[in-house]
Amino acid sequence: METLSENKKAALLSVLLLLVGLFVWEMSIPAQKTVEALTEYERLTGTGQPKAGVPPPSQVIAKAWEQLSNPFYDAGPNDKGIGIQIGYSIYRVLVGYLLAALIAIPLGFLIGMSRVAHKALNPFIQVLRPISPLAWMPLALFVIQDSEASAIFVIFICSIWPMLINTAFGVAGVREDWVNVARTHELGPLKTAFTVILPAAAPTIVTGMRISIGIAWLVIVAAEMLVGGTGIGYYVWNEWNNLDLTSVIFSILMIGVVGMLLDAALGLLQRRVAYVE
Amino acid sequence: MASSFLSIERLTQRYPDGKGGEFTVFENASFGIEKGEFVCILGHSGCGKSTIMNILAGLSDPTSGVIKMDGQAISGPSLDRGVVFQNYSLLPWLTTLKNVTFGVAARFPQWTKQQVTDHSIAFLEKVGLTGDAIYRKPSQLSGGMRQRVSIARAFANEPKLLLLDEPFGALDALTRGTIQDELIKVWSGTDQTVFMITHDIDEAILLADRILLMTNGPNARVAESVEITLPRPRTRTTIVEHPNYYAIRNHLVQFLGERSVLLAGESVGDETHRPETVRIDKTEGAADAEPLLRAVPK
Repeated sequence: METLSENKKAALLSVLLLLVGLFVWEMSIPAQKTVEALTEYERLTGTGQPKAGVPPPSQVIAKAWEQLSNPFYDAGPNDKGIGIQIGYSIYRVLVGYLLAALIAIPLGFLIGMSRVAHKALNPFIQVLRPISPLAWMPLALFVIQDSEASAIFVIFICSIWPMLINTAFGVAGVREDWVNVARTHELGPLKTAFTVILPAAAPTIVTGMRISIGIAWLVIVAAEMLVGGTGIGYYVWNEWNNLDLTSVIFSILMIGVVGMLLDAALGLLQRRVAYVE
Repeated sequence: MASSFLSIERLTQRYPDGKGGEFTVFENASFGIEKGEFVCILGHSGCGKSTIMNILAGLSDPTSGVIKMDGQAISGPSLDRGVVFQNYSLLPWLTTLKNVTFGVAARFPQWTKQQVTDHSIAFLEKVGLTGDAIYRKPSQLSGGMRQRVSIARAFANEPKLLLLDEPFGALDALTRGTIQDELIKVWSGTDQTVFMITHDIDEAILLADRILLMTNGPNARVAESVEITLPRPRTRTTIVEHPNYYAIRNHLVQFLGERSVLLAGESVGDETHRPETVRIDKTEGAADAEPLLRAVPK
């Protein structure tokens, strides 16, 4: 055991925990009698009907296999593959998120560079920021009159704040020395912004972007439960209405996996822009 | 006054003292620097050396006074005045080479990429940075190496005036010695005008043609301009043998130890402070009638 590296030890432990967890879960589900095993009395009175219960992991794994082996089938509005549902969700998240980045980063630059802009805009930010993004939903639906666009708007409004605040914070915190280097090299304002301030503030900005994508992915599930139609949030809710808990658990896991991948992508970007002083 | 290459005229810096009044760092300071000269300014902390440096760099504005370079009043930062900051001020996300090409490309926008790179590498070589080191990030370099990069960046830009703000302040004594040697190496053979702040008397004697001595603040002034009558090329080991060395050193130590306090001026109103020129030369024979103190050319 001592010869194993730290990573291998950790991986081994993870697998062990997973297996133990699955085993306990599987064992804790009471077995359902099959139809053939029911007595005639039970069949007649219905007391032996299989009760809706939490499915064991074996069923969830079987469901996952079935879903993931054909993720993009489309059999009508209430029966689409998990790939299509997740695709819709990711599309909404990315559109809302990128729109937010497009506004938050330049605006954050402005706030970070100008104390006047900071003081003028700060009250608005402080009031708007704590609003739950879903609280905007009714207003968005009324004004935009399109559920799809409303969901995107909700993503936009929830992902804008961390990016805006972090960009402003990062830009304001750029070391005076580096700005002085730009000044003594007669760089213009735009050149200074792109060659000195942006790379200097990039780690903070990307941290904000990473927080934002996490929040956006949290919010899209709730938003899609409200607006319906398509998306992973709608899928969860739809399967709940079908009392198909196997699918519910499966989609919960998928939400986790996709969220992790989105975070990892931003994590990669974060490592690229990181620097050591 | 015959106009110098760089002339500082009646420079005054005041700050509000927080009690409604004003705090005068220095007042009506005037001095000149000739082209190709290496001038050090010595003085205690708080006498306004760094303020003068920032004003020369164009990073801050004086309360009043003018600085003229080549007869032109300066305003704001310029590529004509290169700065080596005490804390190196390298951009940590760029490699060593990129840190230099960054400056060179700004200075010579008409050059091709290759020209910029070659020029930068040549200057990095002059300060002893070659091979892999130039592709490393500043964080992977020692303090001494970082300051070398900073010096290379400043020299590579070939500014009309090079400002060094206590460039060796953060380095240990041994590293400081080698980089001083490298600074001399880079500087000799150019007609680069250098203005340097330092706390270190020996460093100033080794490097400078002339040392400006500042009295303590507030109301600090540049009291003396001491000529360093040591022949070049100088090395740390040979200058101490020279008869002038200890005479000059003693003079500087005396000044910083006692006279900087005694001379610490009250506000003198409208009077212009011009440093008194001091020339100490023990090698000149009795026949030479060169006076110890020379009148200041007006």
